[in-house]
Amino acid sequence: MAMLEAAALSKHFRARRGLFGGRGVVRAVDGVSFAIEGGRTLGVVGESGCGKTTTAKLVLGLEEPTEGGIRFEGCDLNALDAAGRRNYRKSVQAVFQDPYASLNPRMRVGAIIAEPLVTNEALTAKETRRAVLRLLDLVALPARSADLFPHEFSGGQRQRIAIARALALSPKLVVLDEPVSALDVSIRAQILNLLRDLQRELGLSYLFIAHDLAAVAHMSHTIAVMYLGKIVESGEAESLVRVPKHPYTQALFSAALPSSPEERRDEIVLAGEVPSPLRPPSGCRFHPRCPSAMERCKDEAPVLEEIEGRLVACHLYNCVALPGAPERQT
Amino acid sequence: MAMRSEAVPLSSRGDLVRGLEGFPLLPVTILVSIGLVAAFAGLLAPYDPEVGSLALRFHPPAWQTGGSIDHLLGTDHLGRDVLSRLIFGARVSMVVGFTAVMVAGAIGTCLGIVSGYLGGWVDQVIMRVTDTWLALPALTFAIFLTAIVGPSEMNIVIILGAVYWTRYARVIRGEVLSLKQREFVRLAIVAGCSKVTIMRRHILPNVLNSAIVLGTLMLGVVIVTEASLSFLGVGVPPPKPAWGLMLADGKKGLMVGYWWLTVLPGSCIMLMVLSANLLGDWLRVKLDPQLRQL
Repeated sequence: MAMLEAAALSKHFRARRGLFGGRGVVRAVDGVSFAIEGGRTLGVVGESGCGKTTTAKLVLGLEEPTEGGIRFEGCDLNALDAAGRRNYRKSVQAVFQDPYASLNPRMRVGAIIAEPLVTNEALTAKETRRAVLRLLDLVALPARSADLFPHEFSGGQRQRIAIARALALSPKLVVLDEPVSALDVSIRAQILNLLRDLQRELGLSYLFIAHDLAAVAHMSHTIAVMYLGKIVESGEAESLVRVPKHPYTQALFSAALPSSPEERRDEIVLAGEVPSPLRPPSGCRFHPRCPSAMERCKDEAPVLEEIEGRLVACHLYNCVALPGAPERQT
Repeated sequence: MAMRSEAVPLSSRGDLVRGLEGFPLLPVTILVSIGLVAAFAGLLAPYDPEVGSLALRFHPPAWQTGGSIDHLLGTDHLGRDVLSRLIFGARVSMVVGFTAVMVAGAIGTCLGIVSGYLGGWVDQVIMRVTDTWLALPALTFAIFLTAIVGPSEMNIVIILGAVYWTRYARVIRGEVLSLKQREFVRLAIVAGCSKVTIMRRHILPNVLNSAIVLGTLMLGVVIVTEASLSFLGVGVPPPKPAWGLMLADGKKGLMVGYWWLTVLPGSCIMLMVLSANLLGDWLRVKLDPQLRQL
């Protein structure tokens, strides 16, 4: 059984359109289901505004889902009592994108790292100090960092501090929301490797959210691709990266830099912008930009279906059942 | 790959030097001297500021004809030494000014934080009250409140605090609205901190800069209001030596040449307010770029 399961998770925001316009509904996350296994990483990719971060907030309990629910170790979060929820909070921690915004500038690093511990457990000052030093060691920072303020550190070091803090309560799942996007390219690999080492050492599960495909491919065991609040394709990382099936996934991965300069790839350039989530297109949400859109895509929303051990939501792959379906246009 | 050695810095003295650029030396010197004079008024003042002799009425300052070295800055209509009254008046202005700013700051900052962080109906209620409060003319409102509770130094402090907290509430609420979107506040929620803990540990320390800047700017306003109240006779009650009160007492003498009774306390008020404002302006630019449009 998966450690964390999200079933038909939705989060809708109400938005006012203009001064006299009626209220619209933004379906930031719309019926998303995924599972995270113990000790493994689920990578979520997609363009900005596709609902990745809202998904992270839902898992962290920072937002309440409009519909659907999350089951953690078999228990429905909505049905948990206060103690159960506190327990869940302790098991799920987070590292956010901006290492400059995620550390309180007025607190010493030691206090920042210790905060989750101090809040949740009754520890003496000495025990707390020892825990902080152990955590600093875990993320390869010198012990004297504990007495300094965040502004005395570089971006990469700050992100290490953020990771140390996230690990303070020995969580089972860490939500990594774009943990390296704000860092220098030279520091990214260090942080990603640190995260992988920590996963191996501590048996952590990650929900890894990023728009950097190389990072996601490097980190994840399974990958889910999101577009406008829906998962369009998900499956085992390696095969998904090698043979993407959904046209959107294909476009995404063709846009990523090849790993060697000799490698030749046909780049698929998508036309247009991501549509407004206030007025998503009818049928398949990707159809206005899809290079292989068919008549059917305009009216009928595809559902996730299993194709060769992977879930894909695209009409291209289940047209077998429809005799006389239009040919794929390229 | 090669580990880039990331040095953890020890401390930076260069920051301090850069931080003091454009430091308003003169205003700070003036404020500090007024503060010292206020603190050691008992030692510095040559006479008792509340007792005079009618035989010595309206002596001009020492350098004018008819003036004597006994009363350097002359005497007032009751024969009290003006210098001593100015020295003790500094104490009134300082004490009333600073405590009133702190009272206003404490009320306004707390309400601003609660309003901004909790949002919803709490925010609505606090902000509508603030709007109503701001719509009342400050001085008239202060006079009205004094009429209810009666004039005394303590009451003036409370009244000024009650009149001026609104500016804090507004500014601090705005700060909190942007602060609570910061990731460290979200992470504190993830860590399981309660709302009260978050407001105290994560919000309050990060709005203190703004509160201090605002306080320095408010100091001038509060001192002028205190002087105005005393001038109008609803401030610090006589015979206590307040600068505003001295102005009021001296104004009749202005037409007959007793200039020192008004010009001297007036200059003191002006110097102090100007110094406070200059310091506040400098702090505002230094500490808080967001407040620049204030």
